[in-house]
Amino acid sequence: MNQNQIEISVRNLTMAYGDFVIQRDLEFDIKKGEIFIIMGDSGSGKSTLLKHLIGLKRPADGSIYYGEKDFWKSGGGTRRSISRRFGVLYQSGALWSSMTLGENVALPISSYTNYSPKEIEEIVSFKLSLVGLYGFEDFYPSEISGGMKKRAGLARAMALDPEILFFDEPSAGLDPISSKRLDDLIIELRDGLGTTIVVVTHELASIFAIGDRGVFVDADAKTQTALGPITQLRQSPPNEKIAEFLNRGKKPSMTETRP
Amino acid sequence: MDATVTVNGAILDVLLPVDADNFTDIALGIEKLLSTENFDKIAFHLQADRAWNSRVLAAIRSIEEIAGKYKVSSDYAGLPEGAVKILGLAQTGSDADNSLREPPPSDLLFIAGTATADVAKGTVGTLSFLGAALASFVRFFIGTANFRKSDFLTYIKAAGPQALPIVLLVNLLLGVILAFMGAVQLQQFGAEIFVADLVALAQTREIAPMMTAIILAGRTGAAYAAQLGTMQVNEEVDALETFGFAPMDFLVLPRMAALAIMTPLLVLYADAIGIFGGYLIGVFLLGLGSVEYIVQTQNAIEAKDVLLGIVKGGVFGVLVAIAGCLQGIRSGRSASAVGDAATKAVVSGIIAIIVATAVFAVFTNMFGI
Repeated sequence: MNQNQIEISVRNLTMAYGDFVIQRDLEFDIKKGEIFIIMGDSGSGKSTLLKHLIGLKRPADGSIYYGEKDFWKSGGGTRRSISRRFGVLYQSGALWSSMTLGENVALPISSYTNYSPKEIEEIVSFKLSLVGLYGFEDFYPSEISGGMKKRAGLARAMALDPEILFFDEPSAGLDPISSKRLDDLIIELRDGLGTTIVVVTHELASIFAIGDRGVFVDADAKTQTALGPITQLRQSPPNEKIAEFLNRGKKPSMTETRP
Repeated sequence: MDATVTVNGAILDVLLPVDADNFTDIALGIEKLLSTENFDKIAFHLQADRAWNSRVLAAIRSIEEIAGKYKVSSDYAGLPEGAVKILGLAQTGSDADNSLREPPPSDLLFIAGTATADVAKGTVGTLSFLGAALASFVRFFIGTANFRKSDFLTYIKAAGPQALPIVLLVNLLLGVILAFMGAVQLQQFGAEIFVADLVALAQTREIAPMMTAIILAGRTGAAYAAQLGTMQVNEEVDALETFGFAPMDFLVLPRMAALAIMTPLLVLYADAIGIFGGYLIGVFLLGLGSVEYIVQTQNAIEAKDVLLGIVKGGVFGVLVAIAGCLQGIRSGRSASAVGDAATKAVVSGIIAIIVATAVFAVFTNMFGI
């Protein structure tokens, strides 16, 4: 795994809803095979940033590069072929409610490959067992719990063996045990498959447990105020707000945290 | 027990019993006092049992707001510790960014301006949706559109066979009503037999397509808007997009195709039912011969009349599907937004049907069809 190869670069990105600017001058790289955390206080536009990265919202200014390709300045065809390389786990799972779990996972596979139905069935069952949902193929999303929906959403996100996986608030609405299990799963996916993982979260336990590097987007400054390895941000936070954020509201004295 | 104010030198003693009838009068009284005399501070007191609830605290806060205008401070000595803590919590203020929610100016010019801009935006949105729908339709015929065939069959079933009972009821009664209305006039001339012509022509050319489409607007159009709106709420549409499925192909196209195919078939069925309704009245109430009525009906309508109805049905079906899907895709992400989408889908669907009927009337008249 080449740690220095850059998978996604964000350059000079400005995000806005109409005239209302949410974040400006965002600039960071996400390396291949790392777990990159997008963190920030509520209302800072973390989820909006994710929407820009996965192609649901067009930037007001600036660019997002996947490898050499400018995602938003490419044509629809190139954009689709880039999106084919990534999977997204939405906050609520976002399973297609008119289909069973099996059909949810099978749809991307059957649409983009020539595998036989038997083979697809095997892959679906394999993906579902990866997330602990073996045997739930014929259940509809409305028949399972929130945590299971999330895991099924992950199985679907992994359907096409994506090179990049995006997670929107993976621990939101999960009990501590399920949330820990999901964190472990994320690390295993990265270690086992070399998948690049981008996580939007403000769950401290998750950030410290899985994060390699991260960016902090600030709601008041309306731009990124920190970028770097999580451990480094924790040891020497660049500003008071991040120190407070990473210490769950406790204001550490700067001398204590400086090594 | 009522709330009371006592003047105690430069201090205003305010007693706020938890079961007071109202605190509004007391606030007004305090304002009056403050505006006439100078006081140092306002001391709040509770009843002997020191009972309080949010209502009391809210009253204290609004009195403080008034006092603030006269630069009079508050004295919490008479309040229990818990109440003081909660009051302090309320004073830490809000971190809501009010610049986000600036109330829009309310002058006429602004309202007219934004309304016009909204219309322009809406029109552009509708036109681009229509363009995308057309492109999707082309892909459907070339065979490159990506959607689930099983979805398509589900929509066919929901739009067609399941609508048969209501189409039957409505059109049977319409045939009966038409026959009755015609009979009242035609009997005066002893021309009851022409009831058959009236029912057959009106039903095949106008009534069956229009009424069937209106039924579908209420049944299927609203359902489409609600389905797509809910998918919007659940991020299901986003999920489709990130997997590279065009929502237009995957969601809109099979629904549109289902209605485009099923509406003409339902119209044909409605034609037969309506004519049968007229037949019942003609034969059993007006005393016309059964064969006589059937032959008269056969002579009254030509293939082109039935075809016109079928073509209209196809057009109306597409209009209803577009209205439903457009509103559903555009729906906001809340329960009430989905409700609005369903309402708008039905209203705009019915308007589209009526306008299209008028356009058809003009053209059929022009070309003598």
